[in-house]
Amino acid sequence: MVAEKPKIQINGLAVSYGTKPALKGLSLDIHDHEILGIIGPAQSGKTTLLKVINRTIDYISSAKVQGTVTFEGESVLETKDVHSLRRKIGMVSPLPVGLPLSIYDNVAFAPRAAGIRDRKKLDPLVERCLQQAALWDEVKDRLSSLGTKLSGGQQQRLTIARALSHEPEVLCLDEFSIAIDPVTTMRIEDVLKELKEHMTIVLVTNLVQQARRLADRTAFIWNGDLIELDDTDVIFSDAAKDQRTKDYVNGVFG
Amino acid sequence: MFEETPHIRQKLRVETTAKSLFLLMTVFIIIPLVLIVTYMIYKASPVLSLDFLLSKPIRGMRDGGIWPAFLGTLYLVLMSLCIAAPVGVMAAIYLNEYAKDNWLTRTVNLAVINLAGVPSIVHALFGLGAFVIFAGIGRSILAAALTLAVMTLPVIITSTKESLAAVPMSFREACWNVGATRWQTIRGIVLPNSVSGMLTGFILEVSRAAGETAPIMFTGAVFYKAIQEGDLFAYGLLDQCMALSMHLFTISTQVPDVPEALPYATAVVLLSTVLAVNALSIGLRVYIRSRKKW
Repeated sequence: MVAEKPKIQINGLAVSYGTKPALKGLSLDIHDHEILGIIGPAQSGKTTLLKVINRTIDYISSAKVQGTVTFEGESVLETKDVHSLRRKIGMVSPLPVGLPLSIYDNVAFAPRAAGIRDRKKLDPLVERCLQQAALWDEVKDRLSSLGTKLSGGQQQRLTIARALSHEPEVLCLDEFSIAIDPVTTMRIEDVLKELKEHMTIVLVTNLVQQARRLADRTAFIWNGDLIELDDTDVIFSDAAKDQRTKDYVNGVFG
Repeated sequence: MFEETPHIRQKLRVETTAKSLFLLMTVFIIIPLVLIVTYMIYKASPVLSLDFLLSKPIRGMRDGGIWPAFLGTLYLVLMSLCIAAPVGVMAAIYLNEYAKDNWLTRTVNLAVINLAGVPSIVHALFGLGAFVIFAGIGRSILAAALTLAVMTLPVIITSTKESLAAVPMSFREACWNVGATRWQTIRGIVLPNSVSGMLTGFILEVSRAAGETAPIMFTGAVFYKAIQEGDLFAYGLLDQCMALSMHLFTISTQVPDVPEALPYATAVVLLSTVLAVNALSIGLRVYIRSRKKW
């Protein structure tokens, strides 16, 4: 794993909104086929980091980005083709978003946007994504009903199915479990363990135990800086190098 | 436990007073509306008939119907809507979906709002200068419709922008996250869910365009024009035309000895035309709302 070239390489990344800094020169590598957990208190820059990786930071006009981010060696910040970039990097937002379309169209939205219109290709794709997101059995008989009418947990799995529909190589999840119940959370966690076979997963979470359960490596971000990044076992043990990391994972602050 | 204290009695009294006051004001605005409409219909009843609508004025506007004016208003309203709606909707999409939030955008937004407050006579002079004289269109339905379109653009832009802004931001972000372009997002999610707000803008445009006299008086409406009775295509684009609002103005103020019922009947037709268009859009809106998706 270590010898491999990193999937995503972030170097000296600094982001500020107006005069307010969100990230202060952060560097980290994301390896292929790992689950990288990112933990840290609110307002520490975790979401900003994800927005830079898939370039949706572009839509925040006050944001200034410095540093370099590469995806398989290619510059993320300079690429002209952000739409292809975003298809390679799936994103799941904290609150479930069912688009006001049918369940089928929710999942078929991204492939259609990429130009796939043939039902013969779309049908198996939609089924596969819904199955991967552990939602297929619950919705297979009502694919034409509205995605917005599903329950919160189902909508979150629908969001994941949509993020899988453009066959990303990296899947970023931003605190996916804050709006859903513990049972659904456990189901999605199982889903992620399976998805790891096919892709790299970046898991931003405010539940440190979730990172402990799932992540291969864990990064602790605090106040716009990377405090520590190591194997998850290390971060959650006395071997953690930084006192703040120990305090945070033990619930002393944050 | 639930005994009445003076404080609770006081609270209930205030509650009742507030409610009655608001109800009273609502009744106050309904009364004049009902009075105006019933009085108008009562006064108009001697001449109001299908024949009145479909025939042309005779004996120097003192008798006959209002067909040329009715048809002229239809032409003006529909044409100005056809011009203002696409331009306004597209401008609103740019301002709400694409434009960065900077001082220039804010200035443009402010200018649009202020433009809505410009008196119609100023728009009339602009239309006269820009379309009739400078563009060389001459006094015509086209020039008048263009003037009405300019006058009603701010209304359409503002209401369209509001309806676009009402679509939750999270929908857009979800679309961007899966690699959709801005246009794919707008086309697939934003527009289908903001149609009902846009229709509100169109209703307002129609009401204003049908009712205004000043902008068309200088740019294309005339006192009298003879056209084929009952023919829907009697006017050409570059013809001058009669219009209901203008007709109402002239027979009420410029022509002596007009029977009292005529202006009232004209007003009833004008009001009914606007109401009919509004009813259509309101029906559409109710239908769209019933299919609201979140």
